[in-house]
Amino acid sequence: MTETVPVPMRKLMLLVGATSDIGHATALAYAQGGWDVILAARDAAAASRNAADLTARTGRPVPVLTLDITETTAFTAFVDGLPRLPDTVVSVVGLLGTQARAQSDLDDAALVMRSNFEGPSLLLGLFAERFAARGSGTLVGVSSVAGERGRASNYVYGAAKAGFTAFLSGLRNRLAASGIHVLTVKPGFVRTRMTAGMPLPKLLTAEPAEVGAAIFRGAEVSRRDVIYVRPVWVLVMAIIRAIPERVFKRLKL
Amino acid sequence: MSTDTQTIAGWGRYPRRVTRLIPVREEAAVAPLHRAETGLIARGNGRAYGDAALGDTTTLALGGLDRMIAFDPETGHLAVEAGVLLADIIDAFLPRGFFPAVVPGTRYVTVGGAIAADVHGKNHHGAGGFGAHVENLTLALPDGAVRTCGPDANADLFAATLGGMGLTGTILRATLRLRRVETGWIRQRTVAAADLDAAMQALEAANGSTYAVAWIDCLARGAARGRALVYRGEHATRADVADLAPDAPLNPPAGGGALAVPLDLPAFTLNRLSVGAFNALYYGRGRAGGNRETLVGWAPYFFPLDGIRDWNRIYGARGFLQHQCVIPKARSRAALAEILDRVAHAAPSFLAVLKLLGPGGGVMSFPLEGYTLTLDFPASPANLALLDSLDTIVRAAGGRLYLAKDARQSRDTFEAGYGDAAARFRALRRDLGATDRIASGLSRRLAL
Repeated sequence: MTETVPVPMRKLMLLVGATSDIGHATALAYAQGGWDVILAARDAAAASRNAADLTARTGRPVPVLTLDITETTAFTAFVDGLPRLPDTVVSVVGLLGTQARAQSDLDDAALVMRSNFEGPSLLLGLFAERFAARGSGTLVGVSSVAGERGRASNYVYGAAKAGFTAFLSGLRNRLAASGIHVLTVKPGFVRTRMTAGMPLPKLLTAEPAEVGAAIFRGAEVSRRDVIYVRPVWVLVMAIIRAIPERVFKRLKL
Repeated sequence: MSTDTQTIAGWGRYPRRVTRLIPVREEAAVAPLHRAETGLIARGNGRAYGDAALGDTTTLALGGLDRMIAFDPETGHLAVEAGVLLADIIDAFLPRGFFPAVVPGTRYVTVGGAIAADVHGKNHHGAGGFGAHVENLTLALPDGAVRTCGPDANADLFAATLGGMGLTGTILRATLRLRRVETGWIRQRTVAAADLDAAMQALEAANGSTYAVAWIDCLARGAARGRALVYRGEHATRADVADLAPDAPLNPPAGGGALAVPLDLPAFTLNRLSVGAFNALYYGRGRAGGNRETLVGWAPYFFPLDGIRDWNRIYGARGFLQHQCVIPKARSRAALAEILDRVAHAAPSFLAVLKLLGPGGGVMSFPLEGYTLTLDFPASPANLALLDSLDTIVRAAGGRLYLAKDARQSRDTFEAGYGDAAARFRALRRDLGATDRIASGLSRRLAL
C-alpha cells in the first residue's frame, strides 16, 4: 500500500492516436500494468488531458508528442526523436468520415484512405524495421470489422481498413520467425460512457475499458494474432463473409 | 454534437421522462450549452433514484468528463472532472494508500453527483457529508460563466451547490481531499440489538466508531419491533491484518459485479414470505457471530449491492421507490416506532437501514442531527399511498426526505422539511438566473 518503487527500466508503450476513447483505455491498461506510456496525437493539447489522467492515476509522467498520421515524410524523424525505442507500439488511429461525402469528394476519400491505411501502415512498417534490427517488439494495429467486406454504407472506410488488415497480416507472416509479435484488433461496436443509454446491440457492443484490457492481454499476455474483443463477432463476420456476392449486393447492411 | 430525444429514468426506474439527451465530451462544451438551452439539468451515472437527474426538457450526460486531472500524494488532494466515478478513484488510489473520505452505498456515482446530492456515508456522524471534503469545485452557471468556489471563495455559491441537486449550475470539476488508509480492509464488529431501543442505544454507543450503521428487520413485530444488527467499522491497519488474517493481501480485490440480475424478476418474487424468511436467517446469523471482530473487504463492507449488477431490476419493470427520511433526535424514537409499525403491517421492505447522522453541510443538504431510516418498496399505487402516510409521520416529527432518493414527495412535505433552507435556495437560484434555465423533474415537482 505504498507508492510503487520505481523500476530502473520499465517497458515502454507508444500509443498513436491518443485522443480516442479506445486509445485512452488502452493506455490506461498498460499504465496500470506497470508500463511507461508515451502518447502521440495530432492534437497534442487534447491528448494532454489524457496524459494528465494517466499521471494522476499512476503517479508516472506521461510525455505527449505531436504526430499527424497523414504527414508520412515526418515519420522517420519522429521515430528517431523518441527517447528510446518502445517495446510496443499501438496504433488506434482512424477516421470514419462520411460515406456520402467520401463517395463524391475525392479529397475526402483520399483523407479517409490515408488516415486508415497509408499512415498507420507506413508507421508500423517503419517500427517493424527497427524492431527487427533489435530482435524484439510488439506491434498492435486497431483495424475494423468493416474491413472484412465492402458495404454500401461505409466502403471507403472499409476498404482502407481492409488494406490495413492485409498489411498487418503480411507483417506478421514476415516477422513470425524473428520474434516480432503483430496483433490485429477488430473491436466491433464500442460504447463510450457518453453514449450510455443509446441504442446499440448490447451483445455486440464493447466498453472502451473492455477493448483496452483485451488489447493489453492479447498483445502482452496471451500473444494473440487477431482479436475481435467480443467473441460473438467471429460468428457474425463468418456469416457476413459467407453470403454469396449475388445475394450480398442486394442487402442493406 | 449528436442529440437524441428519449425516455430516461433514475435508478428506481420511476418516474420516466422524455428529454433531449446531450452527451458532453469535454468541459468546454458545457458553458455554451447553458447559454443556448433552457430547462436543462446535468446527469452523472444515473444513480439518483427519482427525478433529480431527468432534465425538464434537456439532460446533459456528463459521463464523458471522466478524466482525472492531478493528484498530490503529499496532501491527498485529487482534482478530477465531474464525471469520474468513485469506483475509478478507489481503483486507482486504494493501492496507493488513499480512500474517498466519504462514500455512499454505491461506488458507481460520479463526483459531480456526489457533490450535488451531498451524499453521506456510514461515517457521517464523525466526518460529515461528501461536501465536507471538497477543497473547491468549478461550476458552469446558467449564463454560461464558469466560476470556481469553495469554503473560502464564493462560499455562498459553494454552500448552495452542496446538496443543491445540480440546480445552481453544472459541476465541471472538483478537488477532493482523500483520506489515508493502510489497507483495503475494514475491522467490523456486529452487535445484535433485540428491539428498536437497543438498536438506537447501540448506534449512540457507536458514536466513537468511524463507521456505524444498522440493518433493521422491518418485518419483526411486537417486542421484537426494530430488532437490528448494528455494524461498527474501522479502517484496518497493517497490524490489524497481520493479527486477524495474516495471509490476506493488504488490498482485497473488489470481486463485485460477478452476479447480475439478468432480467426483470416477476413482481411476486419479493413478498412478505421471502423477505421475512431472509430477514430471520440474516438476523440469526448476525447474532450468532455477534460481537466478534472480523475483517471485511472494502467492497462488501461499503457497497454490498454493487456486487449484484443491475440490482434495481429485482423489483420488476414497474420500478421501485426508496423512502429515506431523517427525524430530529429528540423525536426519533416515537416516529421510527410508528413508521416501523406501519411498514410491518402494510408492505415488506427488502432494505431497511438505520443510521445516526450529524449536522448538515450545504444549504439543501439532507442530513440533520437525528436518525435516518431508509426503506424501499416496489412502485405501486398501494405503496405510493403508504409512502404518503409515512410522510405524515415524518412531517409531524419535524423530519425531511432525502432528495437524491425522492421521486414522489408532495410540495407540502418538502416545504415542511426544508422550509427556510428552500426559501434561501430559491432566492439564490433567482439571483443566479437559474430558476427556469436549470430545471429537472424534481425542481418542477417541488417548485424550486
